[in-house]
This record gives sequence, structure tokens and C-alpha cells, in this order.
Amino acid sequence: MSAATSRLGGVRGFSSRHQSTSIVLVVIVVTILLPIISLIPPFSGFGTQKDFVGGFAAAGVFVLLALGLNVVVGFAGLLDLGYAAFFAIGAYTYAYSASGFTGLSIPFWPMLLVGALVAAVFGVLLGAPTLRLRGDYLAIVTLGFGEIVPVVFLNADKYTNGTNGITGIAQPNALGLFGINGFGFTNPWPYYLTIVAIITVVVILLYRLQDSRLGRAWVALREDELAAASMGINTITTKLLAFSIGASTAGLAGVFYAAKLSTVTPDQFGFTVSFTALAMVVLGGMGNIWGVAAGALIIYELQSQGLKQLGSFVQGLNVPVVALGPITINIGAINFLNYQYLLYGLALVIMMLVRPEGLFPSRRRRRELHETPAEDELTAPDPTAGDPSQEGGD
Amino acid sequence: MPLAILISLAVAYGLMVIGAGPQAQEQFINALTIGAIYALIALGYTMVYGIIELINFAHGEIFMVGSFVCWWLLTTLGFSGAIQDPVLLIEVLVLAFTVSMVTMGVVGVIIERLAYRPLRNAPRLAPLITAIGVSFILQNLVFVMISNSIVTVPQIIPNPLIQIGPISIREINLFVIVLALVLMAALHLFIQRTRLGRAMRSTAIDRDAAQIMGVNINSTIALTFFIGSALAGAAGVVQGLYFGVTVFNIGFQAGLKAFTAAVLGGIGNTTGAAIGGFVIGFIEVLASVFGVGRWSEAAVFTTLVLVLIFRPTGILGQQLADRA
Amino acid sequence: MAIPDETTGATGATGATGAPGTASLLLHAHGITKRFGGLVAVRTVDFEIPEGSIVSLIGPNGAGKTTFFNVIAGLSEPSEGTISFAGEQVVARPRRGWAEPFFWFAFPALFVIFALAVVAANLPISGELLVLVAVGLLVTSLVVAIIRPPWYVHLLQRAGIFRSARPNEMVRFGIGRTFQNIRLFHNMSALENVQVGMHSRMAATPIDAALRLPRHNREEAVAAEKAREWLAYVGLGDREDEMARNLPYGDQRRLEIARALASQPRLLLLDEPTAGMNPVETRRMTELIAQVRRDLGITILLIEHDMRVVMGVSDRVTVLDHGEKIAEGTPEAVRANPLVIEAYLGKGAASAS
Repeated sequence: MSAATSRLGGVRGFSSRHQSTSIVLVVIVVTILLPIISLIPPFSGFGTQKDFVGGFAAAGVFVLLALGLNVVVGFAGLLDLGYAAFFAIGAYTYAYSASGFTGLSIPFWPMLLVGALVAAVFGVLLGAPTLRLRGDYLAIVTLGFGEIVPVVFLNADKYTNGTNGITGIAQPNALGLFGINGFGFTNPWPYYLTIVAIITVVVILLYRLQDSRLGRAWVALREDELAAASMGINTITTKLLAFSIGASTAGLAGVFYAAKLSTVTPDQFGFTVSFTALAMVVLGGMGNIWGVAAGALIIYELQSQGLKQLGSFVQGLNVPVVALGPITINIGAINFLNYQYLLYGLALVIMMLVRPEGLFPSRRRRRELHETPAEDELTAPDPTAGDPSQEGGD
Repeated sequence: MPLAILISLAVAYGLMVIGAGPQAQEQFINALTIGAIYALIALGYTMVYGIIELINFAHGEIFMVGSFVCWWLLTTLGFSGAIQDPVLLIEVLVLAFTVSMVTMGVVGVIIERLAYRPLRNAPRLAPLITAIGVSFILQNLVFVMISNSIVTVPQIIPNPLIQIGPISIREINLFVIVLALVLMAALHLFIQRTRLGRAMRSTAIDRDAAQIMGVNINSTIALTFFIGSALAGAAGVVQGLYFGVTVFNIGFQAGLKAFTAAVLGGIGNTTGAAIGGFVIGFIEVLASVFGVGRWSEAAVFTTLVLVLIFRPTGILGQQLADRA
Repeated sequence: MAIPDETTGATGATGATGAPGTASLLLHAHGITKRFGGLVAVRTVDFEIPEGSIVSLIGPNGAGKTTFFNVIAGLSEPSEGTISFAGEQVVARPRRGWAEPFFWFAFPALFVIFALAVVAANLPISGELLVLVAVGLLVTSLVVAIIRPPWYVHLLQRAGIFRSARPNEMVRFGIGRTFQNIRLFHNMSALENVQVGMHSRMAATPIDAALRLPRHNREEAVAAEKAREWLAYVGLGDREDEMARNLPYGDQRRLEIARALASQPRLLLLDEPTAGMNPVETRRMTELIAQVRRDLGITILLIEHDMRVVMGVSDRVTVLDHGEKIAEGTPEAVRANPLVIEAYLGKGAASAS
């Protein structure tokens, strides 16, 4: 693949040969630009820079989630609807290690790795039962797991403190670097910079994996699982690696999230989180690492800032109230934040109908999703995933 | 198979006795009622999957909206409690069911036409994601436009106990169970004995062959959605009348459980879906009877996972379609 | 024409024309039967492939050829029969179900025994911890048994209980294949397709890739070069960046062969490699097949309908009809065999010819 891109010359050539450097540069530029943009009108009217930065840090969590889910859905083509389970596992792992609930007090930074590892293990455990299932069933089973995990956290009171969750989780500690000891609740900057650093590392690693033997195996798996197996790819290992790598990213996000909020409760990890992550991946561009990251950031900001502003705008229009029996429709009183999931749903449906490859698709995905039926018929593999001894008469 | 059903029912009753003692009969009937609701929803799932191999995620929300339609109708008409006059009661019930079933049927057809039909030849991921999107749209429409919390549905069916031999059963339970059985029987007859039903079956088995034989695929699929959604609408009315409440997010859970029921019975198999629905109903009630009610969700999902891993064709295997 | 290094092993006994009989047996299939419900697709077929030979499998449509192929390639489990490859058993039926999965529980069972012994010796270790570790070991062995890494397969083989090779394991053993309906990775380039073919012969782990360790970088560079060599070998050297689905039909067939060759097979299964080709392409393909055996010493099993190809390149021909072997021998002998003529053309044709 690098042979092909270097022919495009110039910047592309540079960036593919020095990929990690380019990634770091881009991230630095974006990291500096975002807080600056928040000072420019009209954005400056929406909130203080501190609010914005805090919002970016929160957006960062979702960027990580989208990046991780992209591995499962985008790279390996496995529709995982229960991704929030791994997020929860990462969060609770840190909660156990650094709160009054267990009395332990392990520092944040090593726990990032531990949380990622624990989540990776669960990625294998929850992925294993799905290995032989086809698309729809795979989705439903992962959805089921996505429901079971928070329910377990909710009901196993003795071990998880049930609905009240675990509070008083320790903040990260920079050990005196930059003059920072504890991160604290009032200053969003350390969190912002931490999540940016985590995202940078994750993105670099993901690009490297994509451009490796494993990355090719994922593409082959997505294209034609049977042929992939017949070419020597251990499809089970390939799928489990997708699940565990995706899960470990969610684990990272979970550890960070638990530290930032200092509280974890089961209801923070419901289907809406899995759905939001999926929406970000699909809308951003399945399979495209930076596309998914950009999509996640845009969607998060649209949702948290955009909807708020839309609400004020509509209120200013003074639309009269409509009554239909027991239902009253008062547009002026609408809190558009409540509509976010409605809009996600609408956006997903429209996207699938119009541009299924997402806003920033990878070239390969666009090719895959716009295959014309004629080409398909000539050379498409047998659609029944399974025993090829059923194919052909001989 | 009837023998197997009788034995299972006997076993279930025995478990009820162990767990609930004197309330065994009441809980048994309760399980049958809840099972009936799941069965009606499961039928829609299994029919749609049988014919276009799509898990209609939005189906659970159809059930939920159906219950809201019932709520809206009864509230607008001004009812608030039990209707004692049998004639009026029957009229209102007929109206409620008809309105809800027809409305949801139409909604189902519209969804299919707008969101699923354009993607019929797209890679599997696309219609699946669209279905989730539609599910969220429906759920949140109700959330923002009607209510974000529990809504009370007028309980218009009076509550007295009826004695049938050794069995004492409430009017409402009797009504629900009988209604569900009647609807399922009607569906079965329709699928097996009518021309349209034959069209549905043949489309499910081999779409291209059916088309060549003159079956209008688009209409057949639309009809399938209509019937499935209508049944879910009926389930919604039952939910409102039986539980007296409904809320915007019951569709998600109920949908998942009903899907489990459909898979348990054999996806594509309508008899299986019905049986599966009752099984899930019993699992749920038994769980609460034995004091582990809050784990019933987990139990149902675990059932789903286990069935899909070890016996993906379900208890009864394929019927409507011959594909796994 | 560059011949990729690391060719596939012993070729000593073949000689210039690849005469079989004196060579060792590369594949030995015995009593292969495959039933689909009530239909018997393959019935008690014995099949031997001497190393270094080109063997053809022919028969009318529906004779069971591709089914048999799929059994050898590991895609389909036979209802009965055994297959050994290069002296090792790879498939055996009926499966003694307990033997393979036994290994899943061996480790935790051993641990539990050890733990009980420890407790019996009155050491102060908590029961809960033991249970946790036992469960952990059980889950780990289950996962290993599901994944079946190469060392695990090796262990099973050493223990003599290995019974059902998966397709990717067959590739590791040295069996490569092409498909009757081309199954290339359509949205990958020709080069990428061949690189995927090399998957099982590469050793870098995801960790090597993520950290860009020297082992990964070296291997990727070598792989890219080798892939180019394979493409050049089959005549697609100038098409490496072309999307597989944009290639003309004949090129796609040859790309499939390059992809199969990339896994360095000892035995290459070709399922109707000349289907749909015109005479010119057919001739080129036939020459390529002969070349593969000549240059690389790879043994070839061929399903073919085109008799020119069969006669032109095979050392031995086997004929299947209705799932049974009805004839086997040199191409000339088989062609004259009345049973074979009857199978293809019906009764009376034998006496007429």
C-alpha cells in the first residue's frame, strides 16, 4: 500500500513514509487550534474557553470509543452493538483500583495499561461466542452482552455497589510535572492534554496495525471469510484480535472517564453509549481512522453545543403551541438536547440510504459499498457463509 | 409435539407451585399473559426475518407506539376506568384494537418502503444500521413529543375473577390469552391456506423463483410488514390494558426478549415464535417468583446467546424459510 | 522468470516428465464418504497423490469432484474416511469426539489435582483464590482450543488425536487451492491479494507491527518483493496495483494461482482453472500448470472438464461418477475405458465408439 500512495507525490509521500511524525504534527496543530477557535465569535458567545476545553476532553473519550469500535466494525466488519460493555469494564477496573470502595490506591498511569489489558481479555471472552455467527446474529448477541454487563454491575451489589456506583475515585497525579500534582475538578487542561496524548498513541498504533499482516487479514476477512481461511488466515484469531484491540481502546477510555468524573454508575454505560459510538463510526466513515476521529469530534460538538444553540434560536422564533388531544406540541419549549438521539437516528438512516460509506470514507470502503450489481454477479463469492461443499454440482 | 407442550406446561406449573405456593395459579396465568404479549411481538420478528433476512430492530418500537396509540385513543375518548356495560366495552375494545393494529400496520409498511426497500441489495450492515436508526427515531419521537416518563393507560376491562371449574382467572387474563390464540390461529390459517399466504411462504423460500412465478415481491413484503406490525400493535394494546402503563422505552427490552423468543422457536417459524414467546414469558415470571427478578433480563439474554451458539435453528427449526 | 526462493521441498523422485509411482505419497485419502442428509455425494473414495505428480480428477457434472476437493482442503468434514498428508494424519472420521476436546480440560484438570494435593498438604491458600485460578485456567484452555494455534495443533498431532484440520491449518501443512468460482479479494489490489496468500508463512505478530520492530519491517519488505516475484511468475508483473475485480477474467484466474502459490504449498488444488477460457488462454494456463510442477516441484491435483488440458498435462487421471471412483490410470487408458465413455455419453456410446 505504501508503494501506491508514494506515487501521489509530495505531501502524501512524506506522510506515508513518516506516518507517525505526520500524525503527531496534525494532532498538535488540532490541539492548539481547538481552544483558540473557542475564543472566536460566535463560539465565544456559547461559553468560556474553560467550558470548551472541558467539552473537548469529554469529546476525546468518545473519539477513543469511536476509534476502538472502528477496529471491530470498520476493519474486521463485525457489527458490535454492545461496545459500551468494554467501556464499563475499563471504568470499573480503575474504580476498583483507586477508590475508597476497595481501599486500593494504584496510580492512574499504570492503570491505563491495566484497564486496557483487562478490557482486552473481556474482548476475547465476549467475542468468542460470536465467532460463528453471521452479521445480524452477531449484532444481536453483542447487543445482549452490552445489556448484560451493566445489569451485572447493577445487580451484583456486594461487588459493585449497585445503582449508587463507586464514588471518590482518585484523580490522576502528574507527580509534580509541570507543577501539577492532583488534576482536580476545576482545571480541564490536564485532562484535555492527557486525552490528546492517549489518542495520539492509539492512532499511531492503529495506523501501524492497519498497514500490517493483521490489517490485510482483516480486509480479507471482511471481503470473503471463506477464501481468507482457505489462504491460511486463522479467522478466529483475526476476529478475536479485532475484538480485543477494540475493547482495549474502550478500556483506556473507561479508565480516563472514571478518573475524570470520579464516579462510575451502571447507568452511564447503556445502549445509548454503544449506539452513539456506532453512529460516530458509521457517520464518520467506517474503516477510516482519522475520518472516524473527526466524525466523533464533530458529532459530539454538534450534539453538546449545536443543539443547545438551536434551542435558543428556535425559542426566539415564538412558534405557537399546538394541541392534539392529550398531546401538546410546544416548539418553543423544546429542549433540543433531548432530540439528540432522534437526530442520530435520522442521520444514520439518511446516511445509509445516501452515503453509506460515511462523511470521510476510506477509498476501499467506498469501493466496497458502491459495487455495481453487474460486477457482483460475475465474480461475487457465494453468499451463504458456510459449507462450500453446497456450492456447485460437483 | 402437543405432548411436549403439555409436559412443559406441567413442569412450569410445578415450578410455580414450588416458588409461589398458593399464588401458583395466578402466576401461571400471569406468565401465559405475558407470554402472549411476547408471542405476538415475536411473530412479527420471525415473519420479517423469514422473508427478507433482516432483524427489524424497530419492531419493538412498533409495539411501544401501538401501546401509545391505545393510550391516546382511550384518553381522547374520555375513558378513565373500567367499562361495565359489556356492549360498550366490546365496541371500545374493537375500536382500540382496530385503530392500533391498522395504524401500526401502516407505519410498518411506510418504514419498510422508506428505509428498508432501497437497501434490499446493499451489504448486510446497511439495513441493520438503518433499522437501529429507525428504532431510535421512533423511541425519541415519543420521548419528546408525548412523554419522557410513564404514562397511565385507562384500564377499561373490569377486574372480577371468573371461575371456570378449578381455575379462577381474571377477565383480562382470559381476554388476552384467548385473543392471542385467536390471532395466532388466524395468522397460521392465513399463511397456510390463502393465496397471499402462499406468496409469503414462497418469497421466503426463494425470492427469485417466486418472482418468476408471478408473485409481486414488493407487495408481498409490504404485506408481511403490515401483518407483523399489526400484531405488534395488538400486543401494544394488550400491554396498555393489562399493565395499565406504558413508557417510551419499553420497546427496546420487549423487542429484545421477543427476538429471543423468535430465535428460540426457530427464526422464520411462526409456530416456533409463538411457543418461544410463551417460554420467555414463563422464564420471566418464574424468575420473579423465585426472587431473582432483577436477573430475568440477563437470563433471557443468556438464553439467546446459548441458543445461537448451540442450536441456531431453534427448537423447531426452519419453516417459513429454509435458511439459517 | 524469477523463481521465488524457498521452494516447496522434496522433488527428488520426479524426473523431467514427473513420472509417478517411484515417488513417495504426498496425500493419501482412504474411504472418503460425504453425505448431505440423505444424499451421498462422495462414496468410499480412495485416493493417492504421489509427490511431484500432476493428477487430474474428472467426471460428469454432479460427480462429487468439488465436494471431494473441499474435503481435502479442509472446508468440509467427511462423514467417513481418513486423510494423511506428508505422512501426518490430518482428517479422520468417525471422530472420537472426546479425544481432541480432552486437551481442553487436561490443563485445568491437572491444576485442580495439583491444588487438591497442595491443600491436602495443609498449605494456607484460600479456597476462593483456587477456584478463581481454576476457572481462569479452564477458560484459557477453552480459548486456546478454540483458537488452535500451530503449536497446539502440533501437540495434538504428536498425541495422535488430531482429527479435523481447518482450512487455514491445511494451508500450513502445505495444501493450497483455487476456487471454481473465482474468490479473489475484489477490493484489494493484485499485490495485496498475493500478500494475503503469504499470511501463513509470515511470523511477525501484531505487537511487532504496532511497534514497528525490525522483524516486522524486514518481513514486510521481503514479502512485498516476493509477492512481486509471484505476480511476475504468473505473468501479472505489470498489474500489481490493479484492483482484483478490474482484471480481465484470465488474469483473475492466474492471480488466484499466484495467491495460492504464495503460501508455498507442496500440493496445489486447482478447481477448473481453465473454465470459461478461450483456447489461447487455455494453452497458456496449461503451460503454467506444467511450469509450476517443473520449476517448483509442486504436486498438483486438478479438476478439469477440458480434455485437452487433462490429456496434455496429467500423469494420472481419476474418474468419478455419482460419487464413486470408476476408473483410474494414464490419460490414454482412461480415455479408452468404456465405463468412462458411458458415464459421459450414456449407455451405448461405448459400443458405438
